[in-house]
Amino acid sequence: MKNEYIPQLSTIREVIRHTDLEYTFLMEFEGDVKPGQFFEVSIPKYGEAPISVSGISEGTVDFTIRRVGKVTNEIFENYVGDQFFIRGPYGNGFEIENYKGKELVVIAGGTGLSPVKGVVDYFARHTDEAVSTTLIAGFKSPKDVLFREDFAFWKEHISVIQTVDAAPEGYEGPVGMVTKYIPDLKFNDIQNTAFICVGPPIMIKFTVMEILKLGVPEKNIWISHERKMCCGLGKCGHCKIGSTYICLDGPVFNYVDGKELLD
Amino acid sequence: MGYQLTKTKAEQMFQKLSVTCDIFAPKLMEGEGCFSDTDIIRYGKVHSLDEIVWDKKSDYSFKEALLAINETLFYFTEDTTTVPKGPKKDILIFLRACDLHAVKRLDEIYLKNGFEDFYYARVREKAKFILMGCKETCKSGFCVSMGTNRAENYDAYLKVESDTVLLDVKCECMEQMLREAADGEEAVVCDVTPDYVTENQEKVTLPKQLSNESFGKDIWKEYGDRCIGCGRCNFVCPTCTCFTMQDIFYKDNPKAGERRRVWASCQVDGYTDMAGGLSFRKTQGERMRFKVMHKIYDYEKRFGYPMCVGCGRCDDVCPEYISYSNCINRLAKEENE
Repeated sequence: MKNEYIPQLSTIREVIRHTDLEYTFLMEFEGDVKPGQFFEVSIPKYGEAPISVSGISEGTVDFTIRRVGKVTNEIFENYVGDQFFIRGPYGNGFEIENYKGKELVVIAGGTGLSPVKGVVDYFARHTDEAVSTTLIAGFKSPKDVLFREDFAFWKEHISVIQTVDAAPEGYEGPVGMVTKYIPDLKFNDIQNTAFICVGPPIMIKFTVMEILKLGVPEKNIWISHERKMCCGLGKCGHCKIGSTYICLDGPVFNYVDGKELLD
Repeated sequence: MGYQLTKTKAEQMFQKLSVTCDIFAPKLMEGEGCFSDTDIIRYGKVHSLDEIVWDKKSDYSFKEALLAINETLFYFTEDTTTVPKGPKKDILIFLRACDLHAVKRLDEIYLKNGFEDFYYARVREKAKFILMGCKETCKSGFCVSMGTNRAENYDAYLKVESDTVLLDVKCECMEQMLREAADGEEAVVCDVTPDYVTENQEKVTLPKQLSNESFGKDIWKEYGDRCIGCGRCNFVCPTCTCFTMQDIFYKDNPKAGERRRVWASCQVDGYTDMAGGLSFRKTQGERMRFKVMHKIYDYEKRFGYPMCVGCGRCDDVCPEYISYSNCINRLAKEENE
């Protein structure tokens, strides 16, 4: 029987520094991974933390990590050639099939872009597989913007609104919350849309409210939840909401089910 | 098959068994209660039938015998991990009907809900359950209401009646163990039926219409005002399964350490805290609601039967005298108003 709690050592191939607080670590990993899935990343002595996959390539997975806690602080002290322990992938992830042939809108707040980045990437590389693809990504300020290189690529292939909550005077580019840009979205067929919304709970709440105002059916909306998770295996109980285990049944939910998940 | 044997013979066999097996049963731990000069009945290894407390309910459940309060998952030494060895001996656990029903709940989470848990599975594989009958009801239990007053799936049933011991053995390997312990002496075969209660003092009616709408009930706020979030109800509960991970490092060798899992409580601060400061269910009322709905609604929605087995330990242990069974009855009553 496999012992799922035993992590494997993984070497850091590359580190991309987006901001002072957010780095992306390219870690060695062989196996199938879907965007939206997560790994338990750990360093002995500091513990484990669930981190979503922000990129998937041959032989590596990317983790975009925000320095906010015990584990992540320690992770930031490690660089190329060093190793972390990882185990996973866990969770359901995003099903690309759900968004093919649709007018797709991805709305992400801050590091919320990480789990959904694989989906954006896919449709930026396969523009013919969706009717249209729009990304609305919000960051706190210009210095908090992540994935700058990816944005440059995406802007060439899909419609991108990259906004900041607040900016110093003279800043050129969209300013304001992501919700500000939702009413202006135009669609050929509102029934044939797909929305993915990922970010902090408060951002998801207000974003979904705006999306529903457009007349979008609830079943066209997907959200991803974040919770404390100690095991990622449906055992430790910390991520449970009602009868749902976020680690097993999620973290990605269609809004029809996701709206029932109340704490 | 049912057997009757003398207490002396049974005791001899028991002591032999206690060499080849680890036998866990409720026993009196003198002076180890929460308050000074108080005793506690909890599970520990026993070597004699006389060590077992037969006439009272244990304060803590049998759960400790299958899931340690803190358990080392593996040891770290720089870049290697080593898993500690599992139990070598078979494990015999004496428990009552309600608790035997709780084993099904533990199995549901640890063996079925998602991946099979390596550590639980290797202990569970070694475990056999010996039912202790209930001649009369305990004060706070409501097993009859929960349908957990009778259990059929025991490996053996054992009852001590003054100088006689009655046994009903259901599993072949237990029969084998007993034969070996009996040293060729034949036991008297007879019919043995486990004692069980058909009525409790405490009766519970489960509410039938719980839903997300129930979140707004005043009752949660009321209990929340009384609850101090100590988590004792979770720790005595035979069906609570939550744990938190902990990394420990040795002072004399900071390069070596271990990762443990430790029982956790959904009532205690920090249970939902995420790095970065986000947390959910911040009030005790919300936590009480979460726990009660889990035990009688959410778990059932997922697995098809209620989680609570009606042992009543949470009511016995609450320092604020919060009665969970009364809370359930009030929820049911409110539905009829």
